[in-house]
Amino acid sequence: MNNTVKKLIPQLITLFAIILVFGFFTYNAQINMDNRGIEFGYGFLKQESSFDVQFSLIEYDGSHSYARAYLVGLLNTLLVSFIGIILSTIIGVIVGIARLSPNYLIKNTAAFYVEFFRNIPLLLQIFFWYFAALRALPLPQDAEAWFGSTYMTIKGYYVPLFVWNNLDVFLYSILAAIISIVIIRSYAKKIQENEGKQLPVLYISLGLLILLPLLSFVIGGVNLEIKTPVLKQLSATGFIFEPALSLPPELIALVLALSLYTATFIAECVRAGIQGVSKGQKEAAASIGLTPRQVLKLVIMPQALRIIIPPTTNQYLNLTKNSSLAAAIAYPDLVLVFAGTALMQTGRAIEIVSITMLTYLSISLSISVLMNWYNKKIAIKEK
Amino acid sequence: MNKLNFLKPDKNNLNIYLYTGSILIIISILDVFLSSFFKINATNFLPETLSLFLPLLFGLIGLHLVRIEFSGIKYLDLLNKNINTNNFNGLLTLLIIFMIILAAPPALSWFIFDANISGDTKDACTGTGACWTYIKVWFRRFMYGMYPNELQWRINVSFIILVALAFVGYFAGEKLKKFLTLYYVIIYPIIAYILIYYLISGGAFGLEWVETGAWGGLSLTFIVSFFCLIFCFPIGMLLALGRRSSLPTIKYFSVGFIEFWRGVPLITVLFMSSVMFPMFLPEDFFMDKLVRVIIAISLFEAAYVAEVIRGGLQALPRGQYDAAKSLGMGYWKMHIFVILPQALKLVIPGIANTFLALVKDTPLIFVVGLMEIAGMLGLAKTNPKWLGFAMEGYVFAAIIFWIICYAMSKYSYNLEIKYKTER
Repeated sequence: MNNTVKKLIPQLITLFAIILVFGFFTYNAQINMDNRGIEFGYGFLKQESSFDVQFSLIEYDGSHSYARAYLVGLLNTLLVSFIGIILSTIIGVIVGIARLSPNYLIKNTAAFYVEFFRNIPLLLQIFFWYFAALRALPLPQDAEAWFGSTYMTIKGYYVPLFVWNNLDVFLYSILAAIISIVIIRSYAKKIQENEGKQLPVLYISLGLLILLPLLSFVIGGVNLEIKTPVLKQLSATGFIFEPALSLPPELIALVLALSLYTATFIAECVRAGIQGVSKGQKEAAASIGLTPRQVLKLVIMPQALRIIIPPTTNQYLNLTKNSSLAAAIAYPDLVLVFAGTALMQTGRAIEIVSITMLTYLSISLSISVLMNWYNKKIAIKEK
Repeated sequence: MNKLNFLKPDKNNLNIYLYTGSILIIISILDVFLSSFFKINATNFLPETLSLFLPLLFGLIGLHLVRIEFSGIKYLDLLNKNINTNNFNGLLTLLIIFMIILAAPPALSWFIFDANISGDTKDACTGTGACWTYIKVWFRRFMYGMYPNELQWRINVSFIILVALAFVGYFAGEKLKKFLTLYYVIIYPIIAYILIYYLISGGAFGLEWVETGAWGGLSLTFIVSFFCLIFCFPIGMLLALGRRSSLPTIKYFSVGFIEFWRGVPLITVLFMSSVMFPMFLPEDFFMDKLVRVIIAISLFEAAYVAEVIRGGLQALPRGQYDAAKSLGMGYWKMHIFVILPQALKLVIPGIANTFLALVKDTPLIFVVGLMEIAGMLGLAKTNPKWLGFAMEGYVFAAIIFWIICYAMSKYSYNLEIKYKTER
């Protein structure tokens, strides 16, 4: 009895304090909103937004709703995060491996890179790329071609435009290839376990991945037209490239800064993971007659990945959250479009900030849930 | 004389291989060096693409020729072992050396040789390099923001006093040692608050009032990170204990609180503190923007600190809890005297890393209009008299932050080593 009371009292006090604080806040919010004549509600999402966004993945202009603007911002955030994650993984893995190189120069160059980019605030790096480095690029009329027909200019990076016919057939063919690869892999595993025969899964997979999309070109009526950028004069001094896909400088600066910064952390994760696999594992695997490739694939990588993946996912999450710094250089991401422009226009601070936070929160939580599931799956199963 | 096989250098004709190889390497490096430092293209009689790859080819062949195992020459063996183990390594080595040689002249000329530092106006910058005059003229603004020039001694004095007070722990005698925790956790923050409130902000004792809107530059970065650091630690500790509590209400509240703050980006938290939070306060109640920002960042970082401390708490063996309980200690007594001292010692490196992240996050406060160093740089580069010096400004700020953060990370690394050996 005594014990129950002892446990109940602090809980009740905490609960009471939380309710008190929340009640106080809601009460104030109610009064403040009454005074300003705003009504709480999410109905404004359906209203016409009447502002324009300069870079959007989906069709959007001022006549669309605020909900559509939210979607534009979210997609832009996801685009930056996606490119950033891929680039930072590539750089991070290379640098992480380079840090373990026996070559003195390579090791120290990699270490220098990590120490240099890790210790400068990300915001300053974004500013540096956007305001200092990319501003030094040539105007469109002075730009020289990179790799034949792409142009890096102060107005952005112009790359050839791909015009697809029957794009959906092409995508379906890739999907079909992936599904058949999964089936073949599980079949090969079964064969290996039952009969000890090894199928050349890698070559079959590669072949399928190339053959099926190729077939879609031949049979499915897919065709691809590449339009190379050509300089076009708009006014006396205004030039642009058309027809071309233009990546805005904000996107380039953001992706560069994010991936160079996050890559330093990923490099450290990779290094720790590879160092974490003991040398005895490699020697034991070699002594039972596995080839070097098998040692890497079957013994080293599974163990190293177990150490590498959890912290790396954390870094991916950080990258996604850090992409919100886009607002500082006016890249139209979720924070700028929704928590910036839309908030300014509607004045609905509580609704908009809460939606923005909940969006990031749900991205984070869903990745954590996935991560926990994966962690459980790859954890060492002790018998 | 043995037969020479240039594909497979060996020890028998050591000198021949060594001399040919060295000459080739020297030629290749000299070629790059000349073209980089003196703009002399020694191979311009060749087609452009070939003259570009020639030094690389020469260097590779040279490195291949000197790759002789157990040559008996100390430095050659050292070289082979460290930078020249195989062809691929040799190629990377050459590429790195060439890159350094090629990058050195433009970097040096921009930073030093073609840079200007004299004068007080933009006209003084005539060179093609950096314009350090810009930094010189704006230096006080970058350091102190809009704080009045003649009052800046107040910031300096309070920082010096704060740093001096922080080192009290090193000089405390044996008798006073037990009060140190009390001093750092309670007394020091109060002194710091009073100092900053009365000395930097002013308004009493005949000191002129300076509103927080005028604070800025690097000193604001320090003030914000300092207070957030002081506040987020105790909050984080309580949250960590709460998350491991057996009382469900407290536990789930802590879990929810921590996961919420860890799931959102700092920039939205700052937006919340500046546009949403005032809606939750009584109408006539005014809270300074700086105070709101400090509260927001403290809560945000507290969630990260809590997770780090939780790691330490989990790492302690169960026996410690059982032993403390068997001595009849209650919850608080057990944690204050047995658990926390050990757990905190374990997580010192983790906490140092969190604080490092905190310092790196502070430039973000510029999105809500507080002009710390990134904000001042933005202001300075749009000043019509000083257009076009964004590069110098960001390089300057990057160097300052790099020094601070690098020192912190090295310090935390040293702490890690120190506490690792003790256990």
